[in-house]
Amino acid sequence: MTVRIPIVENILNANDRLAEENRARIDSAGVFSINIMASPGAGKTSLIEQTLPRLKEKLRVAVVDGDIATSIDADRAAQAGAQAAIQVNTGGDCHLDAVMLRGALDQLELTQFDLLIVENVGNLVCPANFQIGTHLNVLVASIPEGDDKPYKYPGMYRGMQVLIINKIDLLPYVPFNMDYFRTGVEVLNPGVITFPISAKTGEGLDAWIDWLMDQVKNKK
Amino acid sequence: MHELAVTQSILEISLRHAKEAGASQVTGINLVIGEFASIVDDSVQFYWELLAEGTIAKNAKLHFERIAGVMTCTNCKYSFHPTDMNFSCPNCASEFVQITKGDEFRVDSIDVD
Repeated sequence: MTVRIPIVENILNANDRLAEENRARIDSAGVFSINIMASPGAGKTSLIEQTLPRLKEKLRVAVVDGDIATSIDADRAAQAGAQAAIQVNTGGDCHLDAVMLRGALDQLELTQFDLLIVENVGNLVCPANFQIGTHLNVLVASIPEGDDKPYKYPGMYRGMQVLIINKIDLLPYVPFNMDYFRTGVEVLNPGVITFPISAKTGEGLDAWIDWLMDQVKNKK
Repeated sequence: MHELAVTQSILEISLRHAKEAGASQVTGINLVIGEFASIVDDSVQFYWELLAEGTIAKNAKLHFERIAGVMTCTNCKYSFHPTDMNFSCPNCASEFVQITKGDEFRVDSIDVD
């Protein structure tokens, strides 16, 4: 006789459970952590390069870099002043998942740090679907990508808690309707905290750094 | 999205619950998938036939219940199905709307013998 068994379990439950374990480890070390996501070329690594020197002697920062191949980004983070920079090569996978972050956490003495920055694989689709256990997801949008990205990649624009709009120094040179962009963001993620910046000129970075320092302080 | 990983997950969840229930065979998997949770049914079915081979779920039929996306206007409370590239409320033209349905992504139940 056929019987129906009710389940109601989220399909990506296994990853979510591991992400919770990662979160507990990060929490118990008193560390604040962010997961930086963006399409390739939006400026994730440049943002980290500009952020680290501004935190020097204030915070102890570990960076975990996810990439399909190479250690270019971890090398850049170490160069910019990260106390630890760990490269995770995903072996072709287009996003970091909770298992990969766990492997990276195993290599860190977490209590030695105040801030953990995870740089996800450059991709505007999948990373939002895979929780890794950090406290907040930060999405880096950039002006040359175009103002239609929230409409075309709603998953990523919904799956973040902080939005950085990078390369605002290019606004005079490329067609980008900020109102149209912001309307798309507002629908998907009402009231999301937003920092318009230029990682090249340094414009807007002070507000981002102040906010980051506050988050770390609140975590202690 | 990632149909292989998703299919592995569905199989793991189904077999775990079937085992707990002491079932001898899984005949059906009932999935609830929202419009905003992108997944291709045919790919899941294809992977299923490979992955479930040799398990008690190899003959299970996958049923996809699709939930249409719904947005609700925070201004006038009107609910509507959004169209591409236009999220504003068709009733009052407000741009303050929220997604209220369409995120579902779960194994709802399984049928077992």
